[in-house]
Amino acid sequence: MKLDAKIPPGPLDEKWSHYRGTMNLVAPNNKRRIEIIVVGTGLAGASAAASLGELGYKVKAFTFHDSPRRAHSIAAQGGINAAKNYQNDGDSVYRLFYDTIKGGDYRSREANVYRLAEVSAEIIDQCVAQGVPFAREYGGLLANRSFGGVQVSRTFYARGQTGQQLLIGAYSALSRQISLGTVEMYNRHEMIDLVKVDGKARGIITRNLITGEVERHAAHCVVLATGGYGNVYYLSTNAMGCNVTAAWKSVKKGALMANPCFCQIHPTCIPVSGDYQSKLTLMSESLRNDGRVWVPKKIEDAKAIQQGKKRGNDIPEEDRDYYLERRYPAFGNLVPRDVASRAAKVECDKGHGVAPTGLAVFLDFEDAIMRYGRSEANARRMNGEATPAVIRQLGEEVVKSKYGNLFQMYEKITGDDPYKTPMKIYPAVHYTMGGLWVDYNLETNVPGLFAAGECNFSDHGANRLGASALMQGLADGYFVLPYTIGQFLSNEIRTPEISPDLPEFIEAEKAAKDRIEKLMSIQGSQSVETFHRRLGKIVWEYCGMSRNAEGLKKGRQMIRELREEFYKDVFIPGSKDEYNPELEKAGRVADFLELGELMMLDALDREESCGGHFREEYRTPEGEALRRDDGFTYVSAWEWDDNDPMLHKEDLVFENVELKTRSYK
Amino acid sequence: MKLTLKIWRQKNNKSKGKFETYKVDINEHMSFLEMLDVLNEDLISQKKEPVSFDHDCREGICGTCSLTVNGRPHGPIQGTTVCQVHMFNYKDGDTITIEPWRSGSFPVVKDLVVNRSALDRIIQAGGYISVNTGQAPDGNSIPVEKDLAEKAMDAAACIGCGACIAACPNGSASLFTAAKISHLGLLPQGEVETRRRAKAMVRQMDKEGFGACSNVGACEVECPKEISIENIARMNRDYLGSVFAGDK
Repeated sequence: MKLDAKIPPGPLDEKWSHYRGTMNLVAPNNKRRIEIIVVGTGLAGASAAASLGELGYKVKAFTFHDSPRRAHSIAAQGGINAAKNYQNDGDSVYRLFYDTIKGGDYRSREANVYRLAEVSAEIIDQCVAQGVPFAREYGGLLANRSFGGVQVSRTFYARGQTGQQLLIGAYSALSRQISLGTVEMYNRHEMIDLVKVDGKARGIITRNLITGEVERHAAHCVVLATGGYGNVYYLSTNAMGCNVTAAWKSVKKGALMANPCFCQIHPTCIPVSGDYQSKLTLMSESLRNDGRVWVPKKIEDAKAIQQGKKRGNDIPEEDRDYYLERRYPAFGNLVPRDVASRAAKVECDKGHGVAPTGLAVFLDFEDAIMRYGRSEANARRMNGEATPAVIRQLGEEVVKSKYGNLFQMYEKITGDDPYKTPMKIYPAVHYTMGGLWVDYNLETNVPGLFAAGECNFSDHGANRLGASALMQGLADGYFVLPYTIGQFLSNEIRTPEISPDLPEFIEAEKAAKDRIEKLMSIQGSQSVETFHRRLGKIVWEYCGMSRNAEGLKKGRQMIRELREEFYKDVFIPGSKDEYNPELEKAGRVADFLELGELMMLDALDREESCGGHFREEYRTPEGEALRRDDGFTYVSAWEWDDNDPMLHKEDLVFENVELKTRSYK
Repeated sequence: MKLTLKIWRQKNNKSKGKFETYKVDINEHMSFLEMLDVLNEDLISQKKEPVSFDHDCREGICGTCSLTVNGRPHGPIQGTTVCQVHMFNYKDGDTITIEPWRSGSFPVVKDLVVNRSALDRIIQAGGYISVNTGQAPDGNSIPVEKDLAEKAMDAAACIGCGACIAACPNGSASLFTAAKISHLGLLPQGEVETRRRAKAMVRQMDKEGFGACSNVGACEVECPKEISIENIARMNRDYLGSVFAGDK
């Protein structure tokens, strides 16, 4: 299969504006009769559905949640990037583009990333206009902070709840369109199949999660904005409901899955504490602005801490190894996520970890508290009266104003007070850069099927920079898809309304019902959860922070066996014709059991280390990732097959940046 | 630790529910929902139906979880959703009663799951600023006083869980509605349509069958985001303003 990314011609900085200005349009009278299905109502889906509704299309939006406001975009804490250069620190569209390409380890498309950087500024304007209460300076203007992998301050934020506020912005825009009648909203409906008619995506099959009813929905095209697949690992920072089903059903109908092995393991999460654990909690990357990461230099100190005989504060300064500052002096604690995660693993593997499990490092705010305290004391002209205790108190107040809710959350979960004792953190699965293969129009290889936000593979290469997920979700939904979808729809103006009674719909509905029937009829002895946990352990073990050929082959085999066992021995209580969360989970885990295998295959094929993908066989003498541009500068796009998935390659062409070894030293 | 759980079981909206008693043996580091996971795994292993409850992010931000624990929405800890309550807050041998949100406007879906779509409809009535994609001026063209932005953020922190309604003896949705009216009305971008917004949202709130506010204050106490009842005063002022102005 020839993969055409449809990148417009012309210089990088003119591609989008020229393309946008010359692309085909759909006239208002035609928009009124063209129907669009949007699946998923997180940042990308809600912003797309709202914007398409505003343009006059007839939109049907679907979410498995009880309300569009629940999507997991809501949990993003730290912020959203934009090339506004409000801080006068040398930021520009080009710099954001360059940081993102470099941060992604040169495995993303130049043109897509440049467009993302270009529209980033408009996103902030749009969100401000919607009433997103971004942090402000005393002068009333927007405040910024820094994130990993960059040397400018371009991240906009609303306390530690930026994702929530942006989602509420998109949700309110969507709600307005629902009230105006341009968008019809289906809550608690899960997409369980894609329907193609004459090769084009024309609709979906859904299950009403309350009644269990299987329904057919038709439209001129389908937009998926269904998020990432991090829950394949069972333990991740994703919400419990996050799943790959909508995307995976599309893969089974011919859409290609790109770079599935590119998963982001976030360095600052609360460490795993026991087998009962259902999910992991993220501590925002913004904490690395002020927190210093360290482990004890001496193994015996680490052991004492692991056994509870010593605490972090007992280790004197000279016996602490601030390993990020030592190894990467240029970026220090603000190296990108993949680098920070791997470095934590290296220290813990050497025995320097600080939790009972040995799997944690310290994130320490002591220096920041005292530094802020001194500066606050100076500002208040307290020269003589500022004792260390007063300085500490002032400093704690400043830190509280910046990260109060995160510190509070940490204390609630762990029982430790991070103002007094360093936090313990460890990497956890957080985001998936891989996803459905899309061209410049965000259209998959199935005509009429679009993918936006985390569920496409488009912009982050092999590693995503902090505060860029919110940016991409909203860029796709507000400012890219509403234009590019016209390229497809302008050829559909003569297509009459698509009937959900076409044989293709009846057939897909029957197949979906048969799948449900099959799952329900197994009546085995193990719960869905058991299988999910076991799958997660395999994927984490063999396709986690570091991978090797032998392990990946073994992992693939183990997943195949687990899948077989699943279809023989899973037990789903209740019936299919009612609200049945176990049945929902079973369908999702069944899809993860196939995706997991594809991840192993993809990781096996990519014989290099880049971004979040670290192959033990490919590293430099210093232990850093060894990228191999000669053979692997491509997007891997997989066509699913039960026995032998097929790899298609899209070569990545770099005309504007020079491929360099990524260095944060 | 060993606990006795009294849990509301109800097959669907049409059937009658009742309390069932269960025993669990759990570890104090589990979250409240992980404790329910343990119970459910146990029920499934006995081929019994697990307890349905709503949950998603388990980080206290999505607003999905909605349990009334020993009579208190979201359980015993101030300023927290039930997913963030950990079992070290209980003692070995405790009995815990778990119910769904109780409100006439939140029909039970199954067991502990309720239908909160009434809240979406209140937002659809006017909980937005009328601006289309692409119409926005530069983000810094409207300075917003820092304190005002903070106040708006305090109100915007609402996660739409509905605990305020479950806590209120009148089943009033005033705190939820007022938080949105305050969030948008405090900001210069949203102030323009405050009166229209307040009127439309309050009317929808009444239409959904939520009760009236009689200043009990339970909503503020149980709100996991500690949203202030002050917002209700602001809503009433905005609403009356629109009524006296004779707005449509």
